[in-house]
Amino acid sequence: MKKMTGAEIFLECLKREEVKHIFGYPGGVVLDIYDELTRHPEIRHILVRHEQAAAHAADGYARASDKVGVALVTSGPGATNTVTGIASAYMDSIPIVVFTGQVPTALIGNDAFQEVDIVGITRPCTKHNYLVKDVSQLAYTIHEAFHIARSGRPGPVLVDLPKDVIQARTVPEFPKEIKIKSYNPTYHANPRQVKRALEMILSAKKPVLYTGGGIIMSNASEQLKQFAEALQIPVTSTLMGLGGFPGDHPLWMGMLGMHGTYCANMSISETDVLIAVGARFDDRITGKLSEFAPHAKIIHIDIDPSSISKNVVVDIPIVGDCRDALHQLNDLLKEKPPKDWAAARAQWLDTIKDWEKKHPLTYTWSDTVIKPQYVVEKLWELTKGEAYITTEVGQNQMWAAQFYKFKRPRQLMTSGGLGVMGYGFPAAMGVQMAKPGATVIDIAGDGSIQMNIQELITVVEYDLPVKIAILNNSFLGMVRQWQQLFYEKRYSATPMTAPDFVKLADAYGAVGLRATKPEEVEPVIRQALETPKPVIMDFRVEPEECVMPMVPAGKAMHEMLLA
Amino acid sequence: MEPRHTISVWVDNTPGVLSRVTGLFSGRGFNIESLCVAETLDPAVSRITIVSTGDEQITEQIIKQLHKLINVIKVVDLSEVEHVEREMVLVTVKAEDKSRAEVLRITDIFRCRVVDVSPHTYTLEITGNHEKIGAVLSLLKNHGILDEVRTGTLAIQRPKKD
Repeated sequence: MKKMTGAEIFLECLKREEVKHIFGYPGGVVLDIYDELTRHPEIRHILVRHEQAAAHAADGYARASDKVGVALVTSGPGATNTVTGIASAYMDSIPIVVFTGQVPTALIGNDAFQEVDIVGITRPCTKHNYLVKDVSQLAYTIHEAFHIARSGRPGPVLVDLPKDVIQARTVPEFPKEIKIKSYNPTYHANPRQVKRALEMILSAKKPVLYTGGGIIMSNASEQLKQFAEALQIPVTSTLMGLGGFPGDHPLWMGMLGMHGTYCANMSISETDVLIAVGARFDDRITGKLSEFAPHAKIIHIDIDPSSISKNVVVDIPIVGDCRDALHQLNDLLKEKPPKDWAAARAQWLDTIKDWEKKHPLTYTWSDTVIKPQYVVEKLWELTKGEAYITTEVGQNQMWAAQFYKFKRPRQLMTSGGLGVMGYGFPAAMGVQMAKPGATVIDIAGDGSIQMNIQELITVVEYDLPVKIAILNNSFLGMVRQWQQLFYEKRYSATPMTAPDFVKLADAYGAVGLRATKPEEVEPVIRQALETPKPVIMDFRVEPEECVMPMVPAGKAMHEMLLA
Repeated sequence: MEPRHTISVWVDNTPGVLSRVTGLFSGRGFNIESLCVAETLDPAVSRITIVSTGDEQITEQIIKQLHKLINVIKVVDLSEVEHVEREMVLVTVKAEDKSRAEVLRITDIFRCRVVDVSPHTYTLEITGNHEKIGAVLSLLKNHGILDEVRTGTLAIQRPKKD
């Protein structure tokens, strides 16, 4: 085999990992990679306008496609700009690999131009990261990086590539297999624990399935549906788990947590056996910890042992892949004598239906002002619930979660853990790249869309017909909501001026539409969906609408504010 | 006081690993009371001994989070098993006139060693477990400690006796 440069090896590795798209931004130390890229037409590079967007786009791409998303940036500011995107992918367990250029090894530590210790900076927010110091290590490191990103509990991996390593030559060895003695994720759930869990579930009177992003990442939706239906167990999920169970299913209770449905939150307060699958009991879910699921025995299935008994002590921990564990539960169940579970569960399901009827997800209609919830409802209706939805963070995110009934996994991309304003639009770009021809909508606020608005030119340039629905209330809505409820309406730094989004769209070469009255909402959405170009829809909505229900921070889940 | 745990961590002997381990402790608000690191017989592996305080749930999290680091090969909570702990202290004590003899007596009783002598001081090497070292130092304090440095706790599991 002949000698290859680091840059050649880099691209050969990406080819072997079946990478088709890279989101990136060039710079001094990665010039050789960008030069080599011209000889690889099979790998498409999407030139973003800010490196943060490259990381979010890779994240959206990964979620929609079930592949590893890839970003490539230069050293120094190029690298630091990706940190928010990396941290978000880390919190949400999304497999991305971020390649950063680095100054030549001889200059590392010298405060060279555009030098930053990105491996040090990202250590706490990557699953793992590398500084490649020798070109002979390059091929192996890249393969290991992809392996770590996608296996076990997935997550972001960063590989830092000094310029001299990219330029050095070696005869590369491309590894076929990866063996890391210190890294062996447990996929197969312990059958004894699974059996114990099933016995507990079978004896339950008021069981609840509480599911999270693990259902999506492990492609366990079918197994979940089968299990829930077989035993007639009602299902609620976290924000990250939406789409893991069909939003129009009779056993579906809606999202739980701070802005969860009344019925989902009440079910947690009443359940006697809580089955948590691929979720991690974060503070937005549990509210006041000491009063979370007070009557319940808890079963927790998760691939990450450190998620188990971190916040809530569980009775039956099961470490393993969600799909594997649910598969085992379904198989074990088949061996049990048949029972009329619909009849056995009738009382519990009736109670849930009553809660649902008593306080459904709702809002007050207005003839004169557009209600933001109405916009999301209409988006759902007019896309027949089939669109890929990304969100920004804040009220827009919660209304999207509440009023778009997600049918299938990988349909919603949202920065759940880190809560990144500015995530949704670049993520939508990544989703559209992975799913050409699909309808992709970023449900945004007027605040968060301004955090990565520069990518408008990217979607125009690459002909990505992403739709942006801005719920424009001239406020940083969620913060304003807290000020209204808990700070006596002192609106400190939350009223916000936005540019004319229609003109802005026009300036970028996209299409801008505006609706200011309720009757204009539907025609605007229809027109946007029919336009084969990027479209901004500027919905001027009720400025002081609140997301309800709401469990105030630190309160127990049944202590919801309802209106 | 919260219980002390002595945790042994085998890690890849590569740059940045120590920073991953200590970063995990600081980032998650875990306590480090002492920390010892050195290469093992296998130069590719280092062994870290960490003494930490925290209740059962915190200790469980510490161990799980350590396991999660890709470069961590093995983690053992030695507090759960029979083990031996040792720490070494070098201490310079004021020793003049009458107290010279007294300091030597303490040195003798606790089987410490004198490693340096000057007209007005002794420098002692004290080896022992946490409790013994505390006891010696509290006695030496009466004579005036001028300087002191500790290794932190080292610990090893006792082999099964049968």
